[in-house]
Amino acid sequence: MRRGRSFWGSFWLLLGVLYFTVPLLATAEFSLRAGPGRYTFSSYLTILEDPQFRASFQLSLGLALETIVLTLALLVPTAYWVHLRLPRLRPVVDFLSILPFVVPPIVLVVGLLAVYRGAPEFFIGTPQVLVAGYVILTMPYVYRSLDVGLRAVDIRTLTEAAQSLGANWRQVLLWVILPNIRAAVLSGGLLTLTIVMGEFTMANVMLFYTFPVYMNYIGETHATPAAALTLISFTITWAAMLGILFLERQLGGRQVQIGGAR
Amino acid sequence: MAYLEIVGIRKTFGEVVALDEVTLSIERGEFFTLLGPSGCGKTTLLRIVAGFETPDRGSVQLEGEEITEVPPNRRNMGMVFQAYSLFPNMTAEENVEFGLRVRGWPAAERARRVAELFDLIGLSAARKRYPFQLSGGEQQRVALARALAIEPKVLLLDEPLSALDAKIRVQLREEIRAIQKRLGITTLYVTHDQEEAMAISDRVAVLSHGRIEQIGPPAEIYENPLTPFVASFVGTMNRLEGTVQDGREGLVNYRGIQLRVNAARGRDPGTRVFVFIRPEVVEVRLVGEGDGLKGRIFSQSFMGPVTRLRIALDQGGELIADIPSARAKALTMGMEVIATFPPDAAGILNI
Repeated sequence: MRRGRSFWGSFWLLLGVLYFTVPLLATAEFSLRAGPGRYTFSSYLTILEDPQFRASFQLSLGLALETIVLTLALLVPTAYWVHLRLPRLRPVVDFLSILPFVVPPIVLVVGLLAVYRGAPEFFIGTPQVLVAGYVILTMPYVYRSLDVGLRAVDIRTLTEAAQSLGANWRQVLLWVILPNIRAAVLSGGLLTLTIVMGEFTMANVMLFYTFPVYMNYIGETHATPAAALTLISFTITWAAMLGILFLERQLGGRQVQIGGAR
Repeated sequence: MAYLEIVGIRKTFGEVVALDEVTLSIERGEFFTLLGPSGCGKTTLLRIVAGFETPDRGSVQLEGEEITEVPPNRRNMGMVFQAYSLFPNMTAEENVEFGLRVRGWPAAERARRVAELFDLIGLSAARKRYPFQLSGGEQQRVALARALAIEPKVLLLDEPLSALDAKIRVQLREEIRAIQKRLGITTLYVTHDQEEAMAISDRVAVLSHGRIEQIGPPAEIYENPLTPFVASFVGTMNRLEGTVQDGREGLVNYRGIQLRVNAARGRDPGTRVFVFIRPEVVEVRLVGEGDGLKGRIFSQSFMGPVTRLRIALDQGGELIADIPSARAKALTMGMEVIATFPPDAAGILNI
């Protein structure tokens, strides 16, 4: 009985592992193939030496960082204020924050183009305009992450304690609130990074050559380098995910005031 | 002009009147307690003094200066909260240092002051620990040190002991009082625990439904409650509803039985009154040993030095009596007894 259970347990585990790894291994194998039975790293070199790879990657990374900064600058004070002063508005803000999920990116981009028609050239004509869309796109993830972080600490008491000790709003936010929701802020930031690094629709419709657009172009034109590029972008996503896990493990423990009042 | 003046404060939350024309003056160096059941407005009043709430009407004055509109971070008042108020990302030491850092003190002076405070609260060994590594009592001590670090003009404590267990509660309240006396710091303390309020305060204000019922030293509040609410809230109190029979002799008629109450002297016959009697002044005898309120013991609970008897009176109503436990052995459940009290030990209030 016991033996049977462990057999089926291993079976399902193995099946799960295969489900995730076989496509990756197949992609890896394909990306290294240079003809029947011959393997080479040349497609990786092709990608890494392609100036368009570097340009599009840098563009996307820059946009991601701008999005992170802007999103956090908008959402950290908002989420904090909602928790502190407008707790009754929380369901409303919760709902607003998931709206971008409901609106497909293609609708969003068409809407954005309509809104920005007539906007000055320096804004609408550069890839920076994408950041406006990305902020909306990533808002649900970042807000949710911040919301969880803020729920874990007694925001009101900490704020009042800091104020009574003489801290102004800037000091309260930077010295007390932010350090206590650091893990939430970082995971929100890393989620934003992975989303922006993978967003295709908006950039493609607005005719900007970002990393995902480049990936799509390679995928349509060069078979083996496309496989290599897929693995490269997977690695980036994983690194970000591992970063989230690691940071949560590192910082998560300290957030909770265990022991409480005895 | 007193050190801290609270004048005609009114505060409403929607339909609810949290504070209604509250006026108080607190002297420099005084330990003043706001006592009342939950929802009486005591915490709201403390928060108004701290600056976290703005009153609808009325003003708060500190050393003759109007501070009603001053934001909390410019009031220089140290506050200790119920629990979970230490910054979880900082060590005990960094927590205490916070207010000094905000004020831009140089590092050396900060270190000196922090060392002084840990000495004061007797926790020097725990300076480098994070809040979650401290027990509840230690956390509150650090919170106290943090509030004291800024040399506040007024120390505000919002039920700082309510989340602790009984033994630590008693120990810590004595420490708080000792520290307060040593530093001579003006303190405003909020609690719902009347025993705590009695034990540590110079003066107590009893609040009910947003109004002050009575202000005075603990002994005065206990011995001479001015309203039925204070009488029933502070300590245990028997309350008998009767009519003044003879204002010269001090006789009150309780459902046909004459009670001698000195405090009833000078009141007009026919006045409806409450007679208040503390359980510890009630004497209980066996039937046949004189006159008094006749009844039957229906409950007996051992409380250590005294045993609390509940007596169902023949006339209706009940009386609580605290009898020295050694004497209570002779009195058992269901026994018919006579209860009396000294004429000068009962209080009286018009209904």
